Amino acid sequence: MKLRAFGPLLAVVGALAVGALFIAAVGKNPLAVYGRMALGVFGNAYGIGQVLFRATPLVFTGLAVALGFRAGLFNIGAEGQLVMGAFACGVVGATFRDLPGVLLLPLTIASGMAAGALWALPPAWLKAKVGAHEVINTIMMNFIALALVQYLGHFAFVPATVHTAEIGAGARIARFEAFLPIFRGSPVNLSLVLAVGVALLVGWVLFRTRFGYELRAVGLSPSAAEYAGIDVPRTWILALCISGAIAGLVGANFVQGYKGYFESGFSSGIGFLGIAVALLARNHPIGVVVASLFFAALGYGGLVINTEVPKELVEILQAIVILFAITLHVVIERWLRRRA
Amino acid sequence: MNDGGLLVVLAFVAQTVRISVPYALAAVGGTLSERGGVINIALEGILLLGALGYVLGAYYTGNPWAGLLAAALVGLVTAGVHAIVSVGFKADQITSSLGINLVAYGLTRFVLKSVFGSSSNSARVAGLPEWTLGGLGTLPGVGSLFGNPMVWLAVILVALAHVVLFRTPFGLRLRTVGEHPETAATLGLSVAWLRTWGVLLSGVLAGLGGAWLAADQRSFTDGMSGGRGYIALAAMIVGKWNPFGAALACLLFGFSEALQIRLQGQAIPNEFLQMLPYAVTMIVLAGVIGRARPPAADGIPYDAETK
Repeated sequence: MKLRAFGPLLAVVGALAVGALFIAAVGKNPLAVYGRMALGVFGNAYGIGQVLFRATPLVFTGLAVALGFRAGLFNIGAEGQLVMGAFACGVVGATFRDLPGVLLLPLTIASGMAAGALWALPPAWLKAKVGAHEVINTIMMNFIALALVQYLGHFAFVPATVHTAEIGAGARIARFEAFLPIFRGSPVNLSLVLAVGVALLVGWVLFRTRFGYELRAVGLSPSAAEYAGIDVPRTWILALCISGAIAGLVGANFVQGYKGYFESGFSSGIGFLGIAVALLARNHPIGVVVASLFFAALGYGGLVINTEVPKELVEILQAIVILFAITLHVVIERWLRRRA
Repeated sequence: MNDGGLLVVLAFVAQTVRISVPYALAAVGGTLSERGGVINIALEGILLLGALGYVLGAYYTGNPWAGLLAAALVGLVTAGVHAIVSVGFKADQITSSLGINLVAYGLTRFVLKSVFGSSSNSARVAGLPEWTLGGLGTLPGVGSLFGNPMVWLAVILVALAHVVLFRTPFGLRLRTVGEHPETAATLGLSVAWLRTWGVLLSGVLAGLGGAWLAADQRSFTDGMSGGRGYIALAAMIVGKWNPFGAALACLLFGFSEALQIRLQGQAIPNEFLQMLPYAVTMIVLAGVIGRARPPAADGIPYDAETK
């Protein structure tokens, strides 16, 4: 068991080593660049605030992907689900702006979850009923979401912009700076607490409830689960819709905690990065939180060193972590099997 | 219909076919890979890297044909990474190819900044020459079609892929490792070797598709593949894993893109035309229009140890 935990760690080290080659290729000293990156990210409260802010949506999408994986489903559709969720968040938060916060806040959050779940439903239903591969269908739903939001934007966006109207004050989620002056200027907000809460909840459901047990059983072997009397299609539909609902929570961080409105094109791949997070975390909810912090630190670190090395370096690193992680996973599993 | 009307129709047909070229190359590539049992979602990233390869090749040599060669090579190398991870190490194919797409997004921007000092555009490079073909290439309306070397290349490669897949021993073996790798292994075929070839061929084809994008525009712009690799994946499914079927599906999707350009949102909102390929694919996968059955071992790593 201990050895397995080294896989993700080695993947990170391997990716950083490849990154060093890129840095050297543009004529810079890798160690110095990495050093300045670490200092810029962790050396001050603003940097830490940025990391926490960037980690929040990754926790949601990482959990969404991890939960799907646990049920044996590959949810590549978190990107579309979070876009639909955030869009619903923005529209509902603005439409019912005059409601008191005690109603508007939960309503807005719930609308994001509902839209995310709804967007996961067609692939889930098709998987359960006709066995259509969820990977292709969730990819298709991503693109349909982008086109649909673009279309609905003609009606929902403030004229001549690509964003919705401002949501009501009651729907806003407070920033840390409101009560922790050290985070002044940073957009990190209480959605982070929500994200950690959801991670704990997912962990509890997965490992402490009957439904979680059934979900994992289906993920390990659908046919064995079926013989054990578990309703496999129902479990698949529920798992993927819950996964979509969690992805839909990204709107809480961006719309309710940061901008105050939905803006087209805000995501830029948070859903796909969620896959990297889940892989690195080996689909464990607590691991998801840790991996999100790592990817967020890397993402902000890219901005810190952008004047020396193009910040796209970290995009390459994040992707290479994926390739290393899946390769090392297989290598370690095979080695363990041989030794056993 | 008067001559003017006919000319408009011909020009529209020509535009549809031209637009379909990168889709067809990538979709047929995907078909070869998946027929061998390896899912290749990396078509999108290979298109993007292929486009950059064309621009770099043409930029440093001044010769567009060198650009074309570079695009094919970049496609080959990128697919090689996918083959090493998913066939060599037998890691998850979907994740591997998805990771390659993410590498492609970052890497193209990184190179763009490092070489051209811009995060959005490369310098302008030479496009491929337009052939006259004794007047065929200058015909009104359709001349741009017959005069375009990439159109000919795509037609030839689609037909060639069909012949290779269904009329050669290699094609038979490739399909066998995609359907029944155990059988293939029993017959003494190397599953890993054949699958690697399927993946590499898909890389070359998608790389050439990327070259079309860059040659047509005579430059590289950030994210210029614009999801075409995923539409190609959709076309492969709608075409039921057959080269000609995939090419026909690409023509359908190319038609919807040509309509978007021509209608500019009048009559039908462009967004609905954009959704068309994806919606059609889901409907086909749902079994509404016939049954779309992937190769039996598609996506399953072959591990002799666990058999």
